[in-house]
Amino acid sequence: MRYIRPLSIEDAVGELAKAVGPAAILAGGSDLLVRMKGGFVEPELIVDIKRIGGLGDVTETAEGFRIGAAVPCAVLGENKALKKAWPGVVEAANLIGSKQVQGRCTITGNLCNASPAADSVPALVAAGAKAVVAGPSGKRTIAVESVPTGPGRTSLAKGEIIEAILLDKRPAHAGDAYLRFIPRTEMDIAVVSAGVNLTLDDHGAIKTARVALGAAAPTVLLVEEAGQVLVGSKLDQATLDRLAKICSGACRPIDDKRGTIEFRRKVAGVLARRVAAIAYKRAGGK
Amino acid sequence: MNFDPRFSGRKFASVGTRPIRPDGVDKVTGRARYGADFNMAGQLVGRILRSPHAHAVIKSIDTSKAEKLAGVKAVITAKDLPDLTDGDAAMYDILDNCMARKKALYDGHAVAAVAAIDARIARQALKLIEVEYEVLPHVTDVDEAAHHHAPLINDQVFTEGLEEKPAKPSNVTKRTQFGHGDVHKGFAEADFVVERSFKTEQTHQGYIEPHACVASVNADGTADLWVCTQGHFVYRQHCAQLLGLEASKLRVTSSEIGGGFGGKTHVWAEPVALALSRKAGRPVKLVMTRDEVFRASGPTSATSIDVKIGARKDGTITAAEATLRYSCGPYAGSWAEIGAMTAFACYKLENVKTVGYEVLVNRPKTAAYRAPSAPMAAFAVESAVDELAHEIGMDAVDFRIKNAAQEGTRASYGPVYGPIGIGPTLEAVKHHPHMKAPLKENQGRGMACGFWFNFGGQTCTDLNIGMDGSVSLAVGTVDVGGSRASLSLVAAEELGIDYSHVKAIVADTSSLGYNDMTDGSRGTFSSSMATISAARNAIKILRERAAQTWDIPVEDVIWEKGHAIAKGEKYGNLSPLSLKEIAAASGKTGGPIAGHSELVADGAGVSFATHICDVEVDPETGSTRVIRYTVVQDAGKAVHPTYVEGQYQGGAAQGIGWALNEEYIYGKDGRLQNAGFLDYRIPVCSDLPMIDTQILEIPNPNHPYGVRGVGETSIVPPLAAIANAVSNAVGVRMTHIPMSPPRILAALDAEREG
Repeated sequence: MRYIRPLSIEDAVGELAKAVGPAAILAGGSDLLVRMKGGFVEPELIVDIKRIGGLGDVTETAEGFRIGAAVPCAVLGENKALKKAWPGVVEAANLIGSKQVQGRCTITGNLCNASPAADSVPALVAAGAKAVVAGPSGKRTIAVESVPTGPGRTSLAKGEIIEAILLDKRPAHAGDAYLRFIPRTEMDIAVVSAGVNLTLDDHGAIKTARVALGAAAPTVLLVEEAGQVLVGSKLDQATLDRLAKICSGACRPIDDKRGTIEFRRKVAGVLARRVAAIAYKRAGGK
Repeated sequence: MNFDPRFSGRKFASVGTRPIRPDGVDKVTGRARYGADFNMAGQLVGRILRSPHAHAVIKSIDTSKAEKLAGVKAVITAKDLPDLTDGDAAMYDILDNCMARKKALYDGHAVAAVAAIDARIARQALKLIEVEYEVLPHVTDVDEAAHHHAPLINDQVFTEGLEEKPAKPSNVTKRTQFGHGDVHKGFAEADFVVERSFKTEQTHQGYIEPHACVASVNADGTADLWVCTQGHFVYRQHCAQLLGLEASKLRVTSSEIGGGFGGKTHVWAEPVALALSRKAGRPVKLVMTRDEVFRASGPTSATSIDVKIGARKDGTITAAEATLRYSCGPYAGSWAEIGAMTAFACYKLENVKTVGYEVLVNRPKTAAYRAPSAPMAAFAVESAVDELAHEIGMDAVDFRIKNAAQEGTRASYGPVYGPIGIGPTLEAVKHHPHMKAPLKENQGRGMACGFWFNFGGQTCTDLNIGMDGSVSLAVGTVDVGGSRASLSLVAAEELGIDYSHVKAIVADTSSLGYNDMTDGSRGTFSSSMATISAARNAIKILRERAAQTWDIPVEDVIWEKGHAIAKGEKYGNLSPLSLKEIAAASGKTGGPIAGHSELVADGAGVSFATHICDVEVDPETGSTRVIRYTVVQDAGKAVHPTYVEGQYQGGAAQGIGWALNEEYIYGKDGRLQNAGFLDYRIPVCSDLPMIDTQILEIPNPNHPYGVRGVGETSIVPPLAAIANAVSNAVGVRMTHIPMSPPRILAALDAEREG
């Protein structure tokens, strides 16, 4: 096994592109090391990206926020501006694992691990976040929902690295939120989850809405119909009930050790309803 | 020896105080040495190859490629552990469980093992071992396994305990029955009868420390084993027998223990480590992974229990009956039998009958888990008792008080009780402020009782007095819950010195006589009895030395508050001699001063507890939070109250996990789906409220200080208490443990849909 710690994204991309055997990118390592210890992966090359300039920074730009790929989730929780603008994304990132894990894990890693139950991903999808991908043929910016293609699989090509996640600047009257269901209170993985991101017009009616579900299908789901049903409403009971029904219907879950199909469908609707109410309140809705 | 174990009603100076435990600093600073913390020069890494199949004939094992891999020093299969059990069926089962001989009987059953110079090579070597399996049909569910169409796990098993020997083999190894009176007559007298069936899923003890050992077998037939265990003397016996060693030449040292709860009373990896070391000629360290711990060690039984209880309008129970089916894993056990004994032990019953069936399944060999078998039986019985009280229209506590067993009651499992604590715990609960705490919407309250036998057993201790007057106490019961602190208190009490001058250790098997393991809540009960006895023997010598110094008859010397005192006016000019003074002079008065004791600690007092629990259930998700929890239990005498409370809280915490989320989940392929702490959901700290405790002290007449075991009873009531609370909160009787959110939501939906 070869471990390298390049100082530039170009070097990292170059090493990954020419790797012969299985290669892995190491940021926080909270997924990779567990998989290595469990004997599930035996990479021949590990590329540690933590020393690459800029990858450890959260920057506020004219367009919004740029979160470097190596920024631990705990750092997001300490960034007041980010927390104010995107409380749903930050609360999702700060639900992953334990306090200790949050000191290492990253939202980019969470996205690239491509688990349908990843906590930060539904919140990022609802937020309309984008990923900056660096690769052998240059850089491109893509929607985060296009990264995972199935459990443990991504659309990234050989040699490609996500170097940052981009979040838009917030208009007035905007709010997002994330909720997951776990049987315990912490240190667990979502049985089902929901993220909602809303903007309101000057009268408190919902202007735009994005709804995403986690652990409800092979990848995190963006439920466009659920967003549409919210637009124009002030989140009255009938709208909430329709939202819940649409979300339950959109699920394509499985029966497994963490929950049943029936349970996931029902609770997806319940969570969507509850999380929409939180996001609405955060956006200033009454 | 003339040791009198009877309760004497003395006043205590040290016992009942709460000093810091002697092992505390090492544990909080990380210096304490657990199973995997021991190392020897030249030690190899051992790893075990396990069956991926729930049930399969092992047609052949080819280890040649693994043996050729550089760095591999030994590869073993069942051939390297020849059968030396000489017709002892229970030992044969242990041997077969350590290393499958003809068939793999569960997912995770050991089939081969390697010792290599490092973990990576050991893992590679496992991949090079070729096992040819013939996969057989399997059965993992207790009810399905008991059915006559089920795949047979062992075609030599014919159900014992039936009136006629059955003609066909079965997965039911044994039927047992307990009770007295006539239940048919009793049910005929009842105005109300509740009859229900219950299920509980299989749980693991969930100790944080995995099984770990270092084994070193020498060419001269001697051997050393450093191991995390609840009973190093028992491990020595079993390992010596399985390996063909002389017991006294195998020295077993117990490490600190990161939890056992009954799961470390059985050997698994240790004989394998010894066999690897014997073959490799080098020490071998073997540490189970968490996955192995779940798949191949522990768990308790899964159960299916039918209960029927009848009562008159005035609340008198007229008859009680239960049929209990307990899974044993693939080897015979007596788990249902224990369940059948404990089921109705809390009650005074004229007509009672319990029947237990031991059922083989393709799951790991069932191991003891804290009051083994009792929590499931209590869940079924206490749920039915609650429902019956409700039907009669009586308060659940009053109904239990009316029917509680008392001194002189003939227990449902046979014996007649002495002084017992079930009535007092119920009275304490009735008046506990918890019962009056307000409940909000979606919240419910439940309570339940529990019983455990407790055990005494073979025990041996040594007490040595140093020349500076400090005392070292060597005990043979592994300290699983603070017993070194408790036993130091007992030695200090008896000698009349300060706790800080006593240092207790757990001695290895070559340094002390045989001790049964720390199980049956016996550690503090039995070793305190032996410590008292050893201290009294030392006091006899201390008095003799004082008498010698003073040149007076020993009969005239008494021992009081740490001093020898010459009794009588004629000795008015003799100042008392302190233990320290006598010890300082010991070199000139006859040499070292010590007390020894070996005894069978009979008369372990039975133990009862009553728990109260409040829960809040989210009706939309089925999520349950325990919001308030109170344990009331009889300790006989709490030697170190903090550690007694710790046992109460620990049992309740484990019971809460079992009641709400913990379960073994098997796929259709017979493979365990959740062999890890991520998906085998024991409660985390934030899942639990502060568990309140109340210690009652109803002295055990068979112990000098009145001590009863306290470790196990606390896990008996929680399943039922929580089930009663949840049922109360949601208005639907929950009959399947764990009450996980999907199960609660499904029960609520079924109720809503009628």
